[in-house]
Amino acid sequence: MNFAFLQTPRGKLITYAILGIVLAVLPWVLTGGFENGKAWVRAVDFALLYIMLALGLNIVVGYAGLLDLGYIAFYAVGAYCYALLNSPHLQAMLPYWAHNPPFLLMLLVAAFTAGVFGLLLGTPVLKLRGDYLAIVTLGFGEIIRIFMNNLDRPINITNGPQGINNIERVHFLGIDFGRPVQWLGLTFDMVHLYYYLILAFCVLIIFVTLRLQHSRIGRAWVALREDEIAANAMGINIRNVKLLAFAMGASFGGVSGALFASFQGFVSPESFVLMESIMVLCMVVLGGMGHIPGVILGAIIVSITPEILRDVINPMQEAAFGKRVLDPENLRMLIFGLAMIAIMLVRPEGLWPSKRRAREFHEHDEEARA
Amino acid sequence: MDIFIQQLINGLIVGSIYALIALGYTMVYGIMQLINFAHGEIVMIGAMVTITCINLLLGLGVQLPGPLLLLAGLLMAIPVSMLLGFTIERVAYRPLRRAPRLAPLITAIGVSIVLQQLAMLIWGRNYRPFPAILPTVVHDFYGAAITDLQIAIFILAFLLMGGLFFLIERTKLGRAMRATSQNPDVAGLMGVNINTVISMTFVIGSALGAVAGVMVAANYDQAHAYMGFMIGLKAFTAAVLGGIGNLAGAVVGGILLGLIESLGSGYLGDLTGGFLGSHYKDIFAFVVLIAVLIFRPSGLMGERVAERA
Repeated sequence: MNFAFLQTPRGKLITYAILGIVLAVLPWVLTGGFENGKAWVRAVDFALLYIMLALGLNIVVGYAGLLDLGYIAFYAVGAYCYALLNSPHLQAMLPYWAHNPPFLLMLLVAAFTAGVFGLLLGTPVLKLRGDYLAIVTLGFGEIIRIFMNNLDRPINITNGPQGINNIERVHFLGIDFGRPVQWLGLTFDMVHLYYYLILAFCVLIIFVTLRLQHSRIGRAWVALREDEIAANAMGINIRNVKLLAFAMGASFGGVSGALFASFQGFVSPESFVLMESIMVLCMVVLGGMGHIPGVILGAIIVSITPEILRDVINPMQEAAFGKRVLDPENLRMLIFGLAMIAIMLVRPEGLWPSKRRAREFHEHDEEARA
Repeated sequence: MDIFIQQLINGLIVGSIYALIALGYTMVYGIMQLINFAHGEIVMIGAMVTITCINLLLGLGVQLPGPLLLLAGLLMAIPVSMLLGFTIERVAYRPLRRAPRLAPLITAIGVSIVLQQLAMLIWGRNYRPFPAILPTVVHDFYGAAITDLQIAIFILAFLLMGGLFFLIERTKLGRAMRATSQNPDVAGLMGVNINTVISMTFVIGSALGAVAGVMVAANYDQAHAYMGFMIGLKAFTAAVLGGIGNLAGAVVGGILLGLIESLGSGYLGDLTGGFLGSHYKDIFAFVVLIAVLIFRPSGLMGERVAERA
């Protein structure tokens, strides 16, 4: 196939237009075409949240080359930030002006707080390399989770393992995102409303990461990833650039977390376990580290595949054995794990790597042959 | 004072198990620079196979003394784990040996998920009690209680570690392993069959893991399909604490972690005036780790590695 047309300005415009239309009608196709369409739209909403997370982690791991295994902590910080300010749980203790802040301000607060936590993590680990960094970030993620799990005494801040309930939905542009809205003869349910809201922020984050990629900062990150000493010699301030990567990645996670809390209406430490961090990392690596379309693809595949398997496995088992032989939940994760292994074995560079990375792999092939 | 000694004993027992598992991580890391995330799962499967085997023997009405039954279970579990370790390396890691570092990390996570789910399919979701075949003889040790089982675990763990050190330092295979970990390409040129060495590393590590798994199950009287994850995490933390890739470091790190955890959870409440209780136990491992790594970025016993070009 010839993709050259897509590179022309007109081709690009047409591609974006088609993509825009597809994304706009997607939830309606899902609710119209499937019996449990709303569940699918919900799954897509979560996929969009994961795309945001994966793009944030991509800054840390893909661009700056810092292996972070505790990334979900920032998602958690964002989510709890939203939850604490927008639910009756803590409001009695807070001054009146801090109740239900305006949505955009709330997102800024979540992004800022998560960013501060990013710096908090980044500062002590500046000197660590590779796997030492990985295990410390992992520990950081666990520490945050354990604190959330236990900060219900002596002062009840996070309500412990029960989590925080009754979180207010987003009120934005005069719309209450928790109630159905009638518009153009269509009923926009909560999942639809949130779809467009999250999609908008997703597009914003994609735009920001695209602009970052070839900016001065983006190039500094790549230099840092390739060779720290050489980058330093070229006049890059390693400390600041690293901290910026941590803070920036964290703030993306924070925004995503705030949206998650408002969408879910409920947060508990259970949503922020280590496995989630690992899943986000899988999205980045499976898709193609450092390549934005690849990371998006990875996020979609990793978050949607288990949902599809959920619907496919039981009919398959019944067709094959006449009854449900194996627990579908286990079987689903089993197939998911196998798929992860298979994809990595076939394409270790990821499903959709950047040209530069694909070329680096080619180099290795030649080395091996020589 | 007896509480102190009791926590000290508990810490040493758990620590020696951590050390045994940490050795598996550190051996693989030393040779391949890979975090073998599936190692915790091998520990779990070792425990599960042993329990199944003992129950099977008991079901058949075999009349044997407890320790012999346990031995029979172990003799079943060790080869299973070895085979598993060998297969994992062959299928999931070997094809990616020249790939960038994160690729095998992802397959390792994939393998870990697969093994965990397989175990759930085979053994179910519930806790499996460890069969009560061992007599519980409790000794009094300066006011603290210690069982025969705990003594046995401690001694066996150290015997195995001694055996491993002998293997690494004194045998031909051990020399080949050390050479491979220093530079695989050059070791290959010197006539070392790298593939065999790496396979053997996995096989030995898995055998140690299986024994450790049985120790964990016997010590806590239960096993569970998810147990591998947390214990693996702790052991890996121990390996990093000691300086990953360094065998002695893994042992020191493991024991230290066990002690810190058990003493910490015993005294944390008193130290902070009840503000932080023993439910913060799992944090300890990580806080200590971070504190150590800030001052010694390559672990307690790790050498300062020069920046690779």
